[in-house]
Amino acid sequence: MSEHLDVQSGDILLTVGTMKGAFLFAGDPERGTWRSSGPHFPGEQVYAIRFDGRGGRRRLLAGTEHGHWGAVVRCSDDLGRTWSNPAEGNLRFPAGTDAALQRVWQLQPAGEDRPDTVWAGVEPAALFRSDDAGETFELVEGLWEHPHRPRWEPGGGGLCLHTIVPDPADPERMWIAISTGGVYRTQDGGNSWKASNNGVRAAFLPDKYPEFGQCVHKIAPAGGRPERLYLQNHWGLYRSDDAGESWVDMANGVPSDFGFPMVAHPADPDTAWIIPLDSDEFRCTPDGQARVYRTRDAGQAWEPLTAGLPQRDAWLTVLRDGFATDGLTPAGLYFGTRTGQLFASADEGEHWRPLAEWLPPVVCVKATAVP
Amino acid sequence: MPTVHLPAVLADHAAGNRRVEVAGATVAGLLAALDKAHPGVGRRVLDDRGVLRRHVNVFVNGESIRYLEGVDTPVGDGDEVQILPAVSGG
Repeated sequence: MSEHLDVQSGDILLTVGTMKGAFLFAGDPERGTWRSSGPHFPGEQVYAIRFDGRGGRRRLLAGTEHGHWGAVVRCSDDLGRTWSNPAEGNLRFPAGTDAALQRVWQLQPAGEDRPDTVWAGVEPAALFRSDDAGETFELVEGLWEHPHRPRWEPGGGGLCLHTIVPDPADPERMWIAISTGGVYRTQDGGNSWKASNNGVRAAFLPDKYPEFGQCVHKIAPAGGRPERLYLQNHWGLYRSDDAGESWVDMANGVPSDFGFPMVAHPADPDTAWIIPLDSDEFRCTPDGQARVYRTRDAGQAWEPLTAGLPQRDAWLTVLRDGFATDGLTPAGLYFGTRTGQLFASADEGEHWRPLAEWLPPVVCVKATAVP
Repeated sequence: MPTVHLPAVLADHAAGNRRVEVAGATVAGLLAALDKAHPGVGRRVLDDRGVLRRHVNVFVNGESIRYLEGVDTPVGDGDEVQILPAVSGG
């Protein structure tokens, strides 16, 4: 790997967070030739790292977590040559909350109309907001004070707010997902929140369809249809066509409806991808075959995509943020595994190739075209 | 005042000093004073609640405070306080 990357407008930038640092990959606009840099923050866990190209900036945002010295959000405006390193924590729970930041799980830029706003989802489950492009963050009190919060329970990865979905059509509307708490929606910019889990199963609770408490692994907004969302649950695949008011099962013809990530097509609202895992007991690709599944009809049917992926003795695990699209059409797709492989497809999953094979365990993959 | 010995990785956040003197009658008071004097050190040693991080060890005159009185361990003039990262991780 090279020490540093340079990119041009139109290049694809992949940000890859691992349990021992972060790596950057840059592809030409045709997505045929790739170069890379890293490790950045060697030895630190990086569960959230992404590029923010809004407002004319070229900023990398990273939530880094040192095993001894804690977590912080760091910024780079030169593609990782230098990073901010705030002396004081820039994302801290206020006094009186009796909470302490454990991990930054998600960094999500708001819409283009708010180019300085960045949302952060953290552990313990809470939402933070930055209005200075990720340099400092404040707790979103409206969610922290939600009466359900004392009943949220940690899942296997801890009690984390791991997904933030701003509505591109309505800056006041946003969805978040918590494990285990489920999906919540705000329609007033974060002041008030409503549980949005109607129809989503909680296999591990006596009441299988509670108002909240589901272990939702990922939600993804359908491209071009703001009322549609896709959801990968801890057991279960769901679609909502009414902005999260209700969810319908769409696990039709998949080897397992257990898995972590969910990726929606950036422009076609009927297309989405998943990477099923065998079960919650055995969180590996079923039958030792690495298969991405795609629906072209909003979940009525799913087809396996295997060209270029290992089809024997491949016991891979892809975590909730380990799979992403670059937002182009045809969609480029990228996923990283807990065993350090990074795969890419430039044709919506028809063909795959490895970009790296020996990375540390991958926990975050994000992709974007550089503006 | 007690002398606090910092690991090399934290010295950058205390103007390059591996040894700093801060006032405090207990380890908790001393860490709070350290946080105020050198916030880059403080936020790495203490979490948002002001609690000593799980994988950080503090020794007073060579003995871990886990076997003394924790952060309530008294300290005074001439005491040597060491902050060290614990053996942990993977």
